[in-house]
Amino acid sequence: MEKYVYINDRPVAWEGEKNLLELARKAHIDIPTFCYHSDLSLYGACRLCMVEVEGRGLVTSCTTEPFEGMKVKTHSQQILKLRKTIVEMLLANHDQNCPQCSRATDCKLRDISNRLNIDNVRFRQTREFKTVNLGSDCLTRDPNKCVLCGDCVRFCDEIQSIGAIDFAGRGLEVNVSSAYGKSLAQVDCVNCGQCAAVCPTGAIVIKTDVPRAWEAIHDSKKTVVAQIAPAVRVALGEMFGIPASDMTTGKMVAAMKIIGFDQVYDTSFAADLTVVEEANEFIARKSNGGKLPIFTSCCPAWVKFAEQSFPSLLENLSSCRSPQQMFGAIAKERLPELLKVDKKDLVVISIMPCTAKKYECKRPEFTREDGIPDVDIALTTQELGRMVREAGIDFESLEPESFDLPMGFATGAGVIFGNSGGVSEAVLRYAADKFDIPVPESIVLQEVRGTSGLREATLADGNLKIAVVHGLRNARELADKIIAGEAEYDIVEVMACPGGCTGGAGQPIVTTQRQHRERTKTLYNADKTMAMHRAQDNPFIHELYDELLKEPNSHKAHELLHTAYRHRKRIDDDELSISTGDAKDRCQIRVCVGTSCYLRGAQDILAKTLQMVEENAWGNYFDISATFCSEKCDKGPNVTVGDKVIHRAELAHIKQLITEEASRRVK
Amino acid sequence: MSTQYSAAHSFNKVMEILDRYDRSEEKIIPILQAVQEEYRYLPQEVLTFIATSLGVSPARLYGVATFYSHFSLEAKGKHIIKMCDGTACHVRGSAKVIDAIRERLKLTDKKITTDDMMYTFQTVSCLGACGLAPVLVVDDEIHGQVTPQQALALIDKIDAEEKENA
Repeated sequence: MEKYVYINDRPVAWEGEKNLLELARKAHIDIPTFCYHSDLSLYGACRLCMVEVEGRGLVTSCTTEPFEGMKVKTHSQQILKLRKTIVEMLLANHDQNCPQCSRATDCKLRDISNRLNIDNVRFRQTREFKTVNLGSDCLTRDPNKCVLCGDCVRFCDEIQSIGAIDFAGRGLEVNVSSAYGKSLAQVDCVNCGQCAAVCPTGAIVIKTDVPRAWEAIHDSKKTVVAQIAPAVRVALGEMFGIPASDMTTGKMVAAMKIIGFDQVYDTSFAADLTVVEEANEFIARKSNGGKLPIFTSCCPAWVKFAEQSFPSLLENLSSCRSPQQMFGAIAKERLPELLKVDKKDLVVISIMPCTAKKYECKRPEFTREDGIPDVDIALTTQELGRMVREAGIDFESLEPESFDLPMGFATGAGVIFGNSGGVSEAVLRYAADKFDIPVPESIVLQEVRGTSGLREATLADGNLKIAVVHGLRNARELADKIIAGEAEYDIVEVMACPGGCTGGAGQPIVTTQRQHRERTKTLYNADKTMAMHRAQDNPFIHELYDELLKEPNSHKAHELLHTAYRHRKRIDDDELSISTGDAKDRCQIRVCVGTSCYLRGAQDILAKTLQMVEENAWGNYFDISATFCSEKCDKGPNVTVGDKVIHRAELAHIKQLITEEASRRVK
Repeated sequence: MSTQYSAAHSFNKVMEILDRYDRSEEKIIPILQAVQEEYRYLPQEVLTFIATSLGVSPARLYGVATFYSHFSLEAKGKHIIKMCDGTACHVRGSAKVIDAIRERLKLTDKKITTDDMMYTFQTVSCLGACGLAPVLVVDDEIHGQVTPQQALALIDKIDAEEKENA
């Protein structure tokens, strides 16, 4: 028996849709909303999706479950009026400098206001505009454009499990804020940028580096080379009306040549290099009993997340730099000679689907002793699209051109890096021989493909266990299990953004899952049409090893292509002074109570230490503070007494040190 | 509260408070209330510590702390003066008292604590003592039907005591 709901008096088959909003969409009615996202929890805050249900009156369609025979009106006089009022009130307090807003073309507030035929705002502004920008190197925030839909807050918490931002204040003062109103750069934000991708307006946007890129291009002394990440080619076209099913690699290269890039290369080349390095690192670990599972390290948001949340897993992270940084290091090493240009006049600009890449290229370890960074500027797909527009290029009608050699040649292995599961698949294609994995003709390892948040594959008669996760909440859950010994793998691939890089926050704004899936599919298709599918078949990678690196994981390879990780504080905080006393040269005791040390019992040490000092009235000898993360989490609990640093501190030992110090001072 | 203020004692107290409320995320508000009682405000570092202990993000805790006007994230003065500016007190002339106190302590509606951290002056909306309007609370002691002169005299008295103890 089919069940029906009557929407605007017309029967619509109800096939298990969870809410009226989804059901209405099936009936070809797109009810306006800011805060409804199928991936996020129901919120019902924006009130725009109000509909009239017979017998119930006005309800928010996003939070209302259908029932059989339900009679719903989606555009009654009352509803139309109500929606207009809501949007007018939002507009009254909205900074309407639309021509200067980077979201002008895809702003939902603008779109909805237009759809509702709003031609006059009847209300006056009640909130004062704030001038603060609390962003980071990757993101710019403008609270005057926020509609308080909470999409960013829920994404950061529910999908990424970070919660770097939340609502603060109340009433007129309510705003989206980091802890203590700090900037995003000072808190546990991992720069994934998904807050900006789900923001319906321009309240959180990508921090633009376009002016810096133009400056380099227009500087006649500089040679500007570009590297383009694999995921960019399946999304850039969306900004010019080309669907994601059409790859725009050739047009993209042509456009960049017109813009004025001297050479246009492919980050997939560096991804091939990553495959070789990472696969060899893995094989070495597997045969020498090294740290397993090996976690991939291509995703800078995941790397920062691990650094601040999983200090005990840092040794598991592959020491391989991401393809962006491998490319930069090789480019700065080889291109000055190849292109006959002084190293200081060579500018490497990367085009990335990702906001965190801006942060990554600024990490101090990726600037070498001469003060020259490996990658000078990281632009997102959106920013490249904007440069194409700014230059007046008619993108759609461009004739395709090809990447420049040698660093523009890639195999399919490097290209599929842009999909969640792609890195694992590329590494497996490389390592298949070594593990006697029968690789199908098409070299497709279906096991690691798909969309579910955690995918697992067992290969080589159980000798090789792989997990692929995307979204940092999934990563956190898996990492917790691995630490607890409840799960065992050889390789774990982590991408912070759902879908992997194709779903990165630097990509053009899309609103449906279907568009994301289309990108994924197109990228896999790109692999199919390529001549080579395994990184080890890339002749230019061979050339690179012959001429520069010698062999995988060589000394030179380590210098250029590998890196190290460090523990990171979640929040920039001062230490917490606990003891009081007047004497000046007191012995300093610092007990770390950061997350990791806390879990290892730092708090007990602190409490007992305090108690001991108090009971003995040694307040004038000791100055005790709790610190927040001394960034040596794997050795916690960390305690310093005077100039001694004690890792893996035990209470008895600390007590003994204090007693010794006190007896010295009593004398 | 004793004036001899021991930070060590307070920190132990924070841990005891956390234990008393089972380190449960659901008991954030009573935990914050108790901690504020101890410190007279919610120091940022203590909030981060509580967030770590409860397994919630610092931004979430900050959100809770800024939602309720009861919580303060700024250090308050040694003496806390509250003037009621609810309807009853307002019509009975609380504004004049407020102006007089602010002028005397060089404070405004934005700057509520004196530079020497001696006084914090706040207005509140109804203390439920409308029969005594206008009502002034000085360090938890209630004074009814106050005039500007009386209010200033109370501050003089505290100043004199502080001088004596200094």
